[in-house]
Amino acid sequence: MLASALAGDMDTFPKLLLRNAERLGDRPAMRHKDLGIWQSWTWRQQLDEVRKLALGLQALGLGSGDRIAVIGANRPRLYWTFAAAQSLGAVPVPVYADAVADEMAYVLDHAGVRFAVVQDQEQVDKIRSCAAKIPGLTDVIYDEPRGLALYPPAGLHAFSDIQRSGAERLAADPALGRAWEEAIRTAGGEDISVILYTSGTTGRSKGVMLKAGSAVRAASDTVAFDRLTDRDSVLAYLPLAWVGDHYLNYAQGYVAGLCMNCPESADTVAQDLREIGPTFYFAPPRILESLLTRVTIRMEDAGWVKRKLFRYFIGVARRHGEAILEGRPAPLSGRIAYALGEVLIYGPLKNVLGFSNIRVAYTAGEAIGQDLFSFFRSLGINLKQLYGQTEAFLYVTCQKDGAVRADTVGPAAPNVDIRISGDGEVLFRSPGMFSGYFKQDETTAEAMTDDGYVKTGDAGFFEPDGQLRIIDRARDVGRLKGGALFAPKYIENTLKFFPEIKEAVAFGDGRDFATAFLNIDLQAVGNWAERNNIPYASYQELAGHGEVAKILAAHVDATNLRLSREPVMAGAQIGRFLVLHKELDADDGELTRTLKVRRAFVAERYAPLVEALYDGSAEKYVETEMTFEDGRKGSVRATVRIHDARTHAAPTAELEAAA
Amino acid sequence: MKMRAASARGVPALGIAADDGIAPGELLMDVRNVSLSFGGVRAVTDVSFDVRKGEIRAIIGPNGAGKTSMLNVINGFYTPQKGTIVFRGHERRSMKPHHAVRQGIARTFQNVALFKGMSTLDNIMAGRSVLMNRSLFWQMLWHGPALTEEIAHREKVEEIIDFLEIEHIRRTPVGKLPYGLQKRVELGRALAMEPSLLLLDEPMAGMNLEEKEDMSRFIVDVNRQRGTTIALIEHDMGVVMDLSDRVVVLDYGKKIADGTPDAVKSDTRVISAYLGVPH
Repeated sequence: MLASALAGDMDTFPKLLLRNAERLGDRPAMRHKDLGIWQSWTWRQQLDEVRKLALGLQALGLGSGDRIAVIGANRPRLYWTFAAAQSLGAVPVPVYADAVADEMAYVLDHAGVRFAVVQDQEQVDKIRSCAAKIPGLTDVIYDEPRGLALYPPAGLHAFSDIQRSGAERLAADPALGRAWEEAIRTAGGEDISVILYTSGTTGRSKGVMLKAGSAVRAASDTVAFDRLTDRDSVLAYLPLAWVGDHYLNYAQGYVAGLCMNCPESADTVAQDLREIGPTFYFAPPRILESLLTRVTIRMEDAGWVKRKLFRYFIGVARRHGEAILEGRPAPLSGRIAYALGEVLIYGPLKNVLGFSNIRVAYTAGEAIGQDLFSFFRSLGINLKQLYGQTEAFLYVTCQKDGAVRADTVGPAAPNVDIRISGDGEVLFRSPGMFSGYFKQDETTAEAMTDDGYVKTGDAGFFEPDGQLRIIDRARDVGRLKGGALFAPKYIENTLKFFPEIKEAVAFGDGRDFATAFLNIDLQAVGNWAERNNIPYASYQELAGHGEVAKILAAHVDATNLRLSREPVMAGAQIGRFLVLHKELDADDGELTRTLKVRRAFVAERYAPLVEALYDGSAEKYVETEMTFEDGRKGSVRATVRIHDARTHAAPTAELEAAA
Repeated sequence: MKMRAASARGVPALGIAADDGIAPGELLMDVRNVSLSFGGVRAVTDVSFDVRKGEIRAIIGPNGAGKTSMLNVINGFYTPQKGTIVFRGHERRSMKPHHAVRQGIARTFQNVALFKGMSTLDNIMAGRSVLMNRSLFWQMLWHGPALTEEIAHREKVEEIIDFLEIEHIRRTPVGKLPYGLQKRVELGRALAMEPSLLLLDEPMAGMNLEEKEDMSRFIVDVNRQRGTTIALIEHDMGVVMDLSDRVVVLDYGKKIADGTPDAVKSDTRVISAYLGVPH
């Protein structure tokens, strides 16, 4: 209510901050676990922190139009930097904290940042190592002083010092604070609020510029859609530079006045989630998958009674859980068994996962397996799908409570207009849509249609019930030599639904048949190996094991069977596959920073293996360079075996044969 | 190397360091002509060296050179037949390990010696027991002054947990942890005593490259941020040369070299002790 009633004149985030401090003054705005204890800030305190920081940054020279990079993990101080910069008319540019120095330098230089607020020594070191490439950068502000004491002080400031200088300025001249608030009130929503760099799935990252007014409008729509209020809370654990984090936590947080919780460290997220018990939750399928794998493994190690109970009640949930969640009819016996299951299994399980209080949960980013999706929904978690991208400031489509499917992403989000182009590409117009790529007018023009729609680059179509279904990147959809449609991502996703397969890369455009590289999931396969007394010393050794290949062959076969049932996809079944000797890694450029496969790059890097898939050879020796975390290079050598897979006839053909 | 040189010059320590009234760079411990034998086996023969406040001092040598014996002598676990040790100005010939702890000497072990069934937090808390003042009675009652004291200690322990980046295993039983993390917890327990001298017995033994790099960084940080003086035994020459300010080399229980890493590295006796002598 708060949001929609005021969205009109509330067109920047600093304005929302002032409003929240006034109306929700003593409600928690931010929590952070430090030294083992959750510290919290109310909206009023958060305003004080932001004010001190803004006045400190102002003294340092930050002003209207300047760009300021924000690099690090999810921490209150970095989120405050967003609001502080915006309050001065400066534009925050969050950057992926795990980017290697070169990638980071490119973004910082392209964005023309003058200032950078970073988490710790690691980020300071990265910036210093390529300072020559970022001539515009004058000052770096760090949150954690550890290890930085002996660094030359020129251009290096402690976050606490900046805030102290802000507080001193304010104490000396209280009028400064009033002028600061006045400047916020007079600022307009037409200014750029943030520049979010895309993860670079397709080449160099692009800086997506988002206007304050449209960002707030988009967030207001979805806050109303999911009825988020100041009673809600979220755990901010996804990369700061990703549109999802900026939208779901920062933008929705300021609009709804909800409480954002920052984990103690990246390794403690699971425990922190349990302690916080958020009401709104987002996780990409990858994380849900690893949660399910963890639960499954723990249950396999549990005692006999627990295992039986778990299997039985998960069965009950699978049969009736989703119907009960959506308020559809379910038999009384099913309801009674489900209620018992809630006490014995689902409740405790949700508690362990930190899902007890979830009211709305979303997943997005890639396709999610039906089994995985249903598992969480059947436990009574309102998990839904959305489809979005940075250019839309996240939401393009999202599913309504009660109208949820695993293979679609829902109808258009509130006030979003979607159109499918002649060649199957999804186009949209939305309240939150971007105002252009920073310093790339030509690219911006290419991404738009003449009548102002944004091209998503994804191929998709509407199902009869009005839900959008995405099949692949539009430019990746190809054809086999025989003319059959080849949608690599569709094949890869079907393969990845098996817990043993962590990553898959499919090839086939312009070839005789489809083929695939597979990456095993070390956790799942490692656990299996342990239970079957199969010793292994490394990822490479386990990946090359004959028994592992047999398991994967069965999965490829099941995938082919599934493909054969889809009329459009049946032609592109997997003819041959191999288990890759090395895990695909973002540091080697094989995945993007958001962990999506860069197919063309992988094909080029492993060209001999791709050839071996098609020339009929049974094995191939390869040597691959790899990069360690600290940037040094090494190489892995392996002889990779190639396996043939069985293909299946389409069901109609089978029927004919039977007749 | 650049960083090490800085601390050797006696840059003031940051953070907390046990206040023993000794200025950085001055003599903290002096080992004088120590000899130790077990029956007919001479483990250490007439070894002398000193440790200065604020430095990282390494004791290296091939297998069986007497490194751990030397550490056990410093620690009070063995009493040498000959020689004396002057620590913080006090001379002593024989002492028990718990006296060493009271004097401000903490150590870690070559083979991890933690309480396997206890959590990381409890293991590190155990390290504070020597600093707890309340009587057993109050501690058992866990009320009033004992509780206030426990909270103060817990805060210190949380600082160590934060320092060593082991928040995620705070509540995990130590026995379930991988070896590299156990070593880190053990370092945490030793740090909890706020020692003026920290003895590390092969802190990197059995670790992979990444774990070694992590541990090296923590050792440097302990020394620089907390100002703790460290004497370490290590097998891995590369690590030692990068970490330490000064190195003592033992071979067959005798000191064969003593000096900066560079000086030691080019010493012919050291080279032959490590690589063997042509016969």
